[in-house]
Amino acid sequence: MSRDVAIIGIGMSKWGELWDRSLRDIFVEAALAAIDDAGVDKIDSLYIGNMTAGLFTGQEHLAALLADYLGVAPIPATRVESACASGGLAVKMGYLEVALGMSEVVLVGGVEKMTDVGTDQATYALATAADQDYEVYHGITFPGLYAMMARLHMEKYGTTREQLAQVAVKNHYHGSMNPVAQYPQRITVEQVLNSVMIADPLRILDCSPITDGAAALILCPLELAKKISRKPPVKIIGIGHATDSIALHSRDDLTTLKATERAAQQAYRMAGIKPSDLDLAEVHDCFTIAEICVIEALGLVEKGQGGPATAAGMTTLGGKIPVNTSGGLKSKGHPVGATGVAQVVEIVTQLRGEAGPRQVANARLGLTQNMGGSGGSTLIHIMEVAS
Amino acid sequence: MSVSKYWREIPHRYRLEAGKCKQCGKIYFPGRLICPECGGREFDTIQLKREGKLLTYTIIHVGPSRFADQVPYVVGIVELQDGVRLLCQVADCDLDRLQIGLPVKIEFRRISEEGEAGIIHYGYKCVPV
Ligand SMILES: [Zn+2]
Repeated sequence: MSRDVAIIGIGMSKWGELWDRSLRDIFVEAALAAIDDAGVDKIDSLYIGNMTAGLFTGQEHLAALLADYLGVAPIPATRVESACASGGLAVKMGYLEVALGMSEVVLVGGVEKMTDVGTDQATYALATAADQDYEVYHGITFPGLYAMMARLHMEKYGTTREQLAQVAVKNHYHGSMNPVAQYPQRITVEQVLNSVMIADPLRILDCSPITDGAAALILCPLELAKKISRKPPVKIIGIGHATDSIALHSRDDLTTLKATERAAQQAYRMAGIKPSDLDLAEVHDCFTIAEICVIEALGLVEKGQGGPATAAGMTTLGGKIPVNTSGGLKSKGHPVGATGVAQVVEIVTQLRGEAGPRQVANARLGLTQNMGGSGGSTLIHIMEVAS
Repeated sequence: MSVSKYWREIPHRYRLEAGKCKQCGKIYFPGRLICPECGGREFDTIQLKREGKLLTYTIIHVGPSRFADQVPYVVGIVELQDGVRLLCQVADCDLDRLQIGLPVKIEFRRISEEGEAGIIHYGYKCVPV
């Protein structure tokens, strides 16, 4: 009763501090780009990943609003939320709707408009992804939560401050080759180590930025894709989705992202692959330490080896498993609800062979990992070029 | 913060009340209605041990506006002697004494002030033993 699902269209809005653009406009810009890329003339259903437009812009009831502005009402439209993993969750929901035969052509979008409020309100909005009563009440911030993971990772595994910085240096290097990246500037380890301290040991250049942006995909059954797609269809072959306590202190091991481990196992099993089969991955580098913990949880490196592997270039373009060729959240930007969808856009771009100077040679199999809060929820998708 | 939202947290925040599963003995802070370990639904109300050690920490240099007058301040995760973990500020500690494993104890302190009226939020912090 389940059928194969393919991605036949991808689109991105401009990403950055878009003072002159509204949430609805950036969403429609990305959605139209995806519709044009796929060459479809109608869609049957819409899924939108968005963390908290209510707090960032005062607007809820997004799904109907965006269906209207995209000109596709009265089709069903659904907004889903899982903090910074809202986009990844939208991809999963769109997949299910096609796989179950409820719709033929589904548009999956992600959007966040973060600069309509000041920094303090934005910090407040993002912090709602942590435990309000037992974390945020005490003055902790997201950089602070990840800083505590970083300090323990350094103590337990000998991860160095320089190795953390290498994650940012690598992702800005990749982002310098991505025309949509918000911060395409290349940076050095020294610049990271001398940047403003935010939450010791993390500095501003360890942190992903605040971004306005949207991304969109067109999903349809693989059989239909083979008939109508103008470009090589990309098949979704594995999905993983798991949760953990949203309060960091409630976890047995503060440096292990258990939801990511669990979701990865599910996705690898469904796809019938092992981590070493992957050609590339887009992962949730909201902070430098996050990428190190994530590549460990995904099994791309041994536990505790994320730092040395990064410093050795294993995850750089040309390395054994390039990670975040798009520039990642760090350089490309992190409009929270859009991120999980944009990660899939990058994998599809790479699998089509359209990534230009940042193209991974012979990319056939890619993974996305999108994470909410300090790791309380994770969505993983594995994709391959349809044969 | 609304009065009811603040008021209902007082037993945990002021007195460190926790729930101990009658079936498997696991302690939850704050208390819960069902034990994720064993599915038990009956709990004894207990008070947490006040001594423990610092598992990890950070020094917040850029904080939310409610804490802006306190920066830089230290936040850590503490494991109490009964095995329960909680997150709180580390007070009265020279920065060069800070280290993972530092023995600490829980004290009742002012946490933050809210808004123009200066409503004061109280709760627990840890200090070096
Ligand atoms: Zn129990």
